[in-house]
Amino acid sequence: MPVNAKTISDDEFFFGHKACAGCGGSLAVRAALKVLGPNAVAALPAGCMSAVGFNFPQLAFANNAMITPFAATASVLTGIEAGLRAQGKKPDDCTVVGFAGDGGTADIGLQALSGAIDRNDDVLYICYDNEAYMNTGIQKSSLTPFGAKTTTTPAGANAHGCLTQKKNLFEIVAAHGIPYAATASVGYLNDFIRKVERARDIRGTRYLHVIAPCPTGWGCDVDETVDIAKDIVDTGLWYLAEYEGEQLCGQPGGRFKLNRNPREFASVEAYLRRQGRFKSLTNEEIVQVEAGRNATWETIRRTWIV
Amino acid sequence: MKRFLSGDEALAEGVRLARPQVISAYPITPQTVVVERLSEMVESGELAAEYVHVESEHSALSCAIGASATGARTFTATSSQGLLYMAECLTYASGGRYPIVMMNANRSTALPWNIYGDQRDSLALLDHGWIQVYAENNQEALDLALMAYAVAEDARVRTPVMVNLDGFALTHTYETVDVPTSAQADAFLPPYDGAGNRFDFEHPVNIGFSAGPEYNRYFKYWEHRDMLDAPGVIDEVEARFAEVFGRAYPGMIECVNCEDANVVLVTLGSAAGLVRGVVAKLREQGVRAGMLRIRYLRPMPSALIAEALRGVRAVGVLEKDISFGAEGTVFTNVNSALHQAGVTSPTYNFIGGLGGDDISEAQVIGMFKVLLDASEGTIDLPRVSFLGIDSPVDAAAPSCHPERSAQREVEGSRSASATAAPKEAN
Repeated sequence: MPVNAKTISDDEFFFGHKACAGCGGSLAVRAALKVLGPNAVAALPAGCMSAVGFNFPQLAFANNAMITPFAATASVLTGIEAGLRAQGKKPDDCTVVGFAGDGGTADIGLQALSGAIDRNDDVLYICYDNEAYMNTGIQKSSLTPFGAKTTTTPAGANAHGCLTQKKNLFEIVAAHGIPYAATASVGYLNDFIRKVERARDIRGTRYLHVIAPCPTGWGCDVDETVDIAKDIVDTGLWYLAEYEGEQLCGQPGGRFKLNRNPREFASVEAYLRRQGRFKSLTNEEIVQVEAGRNATWETIRRTWIV
Repeated sequence: MKRFLSGDEALAEGVRLARPQVISAYPITPQTVVVERLSEMVESGELAAEYVHVESEHSALSCAIGASATGARTFTATSSQGLLYMAECLTYASGGRYPIVMMNANRSTALPWNIYGDQRDSLALLDHGWIQVYAENNQEALDLALMAYAVAEDARVRTPVMVNLDGFALTHTYETVDVPTSAQADAFLPPYDGAGNRFDFEHPVNIGFSAGPEYNRYFKYWEHRDMLDAPGVIDEVEARFAEVFGRAYPGMIECVNCEDANVVLVTLGSAAGLVRGVVAKLREQGVRAGMLRIRYLRPMPSALIAEALRGVRAVGVLEKDISFGAEGTVFTNVNSALHQAGVTSPTYNFIGGLGGDDISEAQVIGMFKVLLDASEGTIDLPRVSFLGIDSPVDAAAPSCHPERSAQREVEGSRSASATAAPKEAN
């Protein structure tokens, strides 16, 4: 029976941590570990989830887990997997899984991630993307979207927050020819759970990129996390998609699949205006964001399986 | 079996005999031959290990950390900038108490870019919680690969070990090396029992966590205390090694003719081979010279060094390192050891061999000569001097070889214009 909201385990593997109220990242970790089960081995670099989960003596993971150097999520995963395999003691249902933030993945951890995919190590890498370095106090990462105010991209008279576009990490990962990669959002939890389950059962390197809103950094109420995480998908500013590598789909170069194709987009302006981080954006800049969204979707609809 | 091996090859043979289960490898001169040989051993089936081609030194050590956390015996190797690039991972490895063994090919650090040997790389990382040992020759390099695991994995120590080989002087120089049999090695080194410090599927653990101000000091205190216990374990391991292999090692330090010496030169690594020969010659001439070779610089054998040097009239410290704006790091450590023990022998620091520069036999003789002169008060020897630049050693060095005298004249003119020499490198 596939895992979904009704059948998911009641066992908890990530609790007693000190994440902020409304934390999207902790929701992603909790749900993923429920799917992966007690024999998952987790590695987390510096970042929100390690900062809230590993405070000796209050250690919040019920499964085997460790902290890694910031840049080294993927290479530690590689080592764990190789170590277990070399000793012949990797349980059949053991997933070696990493949980790293957007900075830990798209910035400082990108080299190690690329190396692991290149070797096709049998690990699952989950990036919980809250769109800035939240643990250190909301600084810009390469996954911070255009227009977002952070503590290093202030919104002033000359610049209205972040001036760069969000790096397209999903397609960068896919370009490696990885067996399986997918995007998700904690706002569509069933979709995320399904993808964790699918990734669990595929061998080789798998990558999941899950949007995980951070009320503290995004400037929204703590009970808005899930709703905003839905909204970002409904507006088309994020998408739910999968990439299946050649070994999985049999098609040279692999193929992209769109999992959700909104007939009509929800309002970008309403999505941006409900968050404090975007409050300095002008109407012209919002039009610019919409235009970028439209261009992305034109390509997606033309080239991906819809 | 006797074989003619470079230091890198000898080290690789030692690693093979230690049967690591995971090897993470990234190439850097002059370490490359180690990871090349190991890849061949894995390919041929001589060594059953997961060989991981990581994409950087940072990942090399991180991968070893992950593997060690599962209870696997792990190996990696690096050098110079590679060691510096993985520096932050060194503290993860030592703080996490992962008993990784890493070979470091001692090499200069940029800038100026330079691939040749000196010891600024490992000495810059002396405070990162690793046991540091320095090989003098290729046989010792092979033997240390085996002994390092026995020390690192001992439950009383459980600390990673860095085995240092001088770049080129050892890594690329061939010597006759006795390669033990696998049966001997297995008798010496049992499989790693990582119980208590690794993942456990029956009783899952969170390891490598964070600890705030209220607990942090305890972890750091025990990291320090357990390192201080390492010398006793090293002695035990060497005694067992001698039983199995018939080769004895002298522990944390090696003293050559120190008992009645008037002057002693302290050094480490391959330079000891040269100093050893000079001491023998000087003894034949009736000069009461001695050598103290530091094998383990961490943990620091302070008491042993102080006792060996008590009563010596002048002590020289020869090292391939400079802590800019201060003095050689080994010199600092030796001075601290002497001061703590109330040993008042005057000490002098000779900085040489930087960026692969040769240290000649004549210079070593010159060092003993100026130490003797200093002990008799006939010269005013600077506390820190650079061989070939501003050290009185060069003037005191005998010109026993005409071609070397000619070379020294050239170097003399070079040192006269030292201030006009290039000062910056981009």
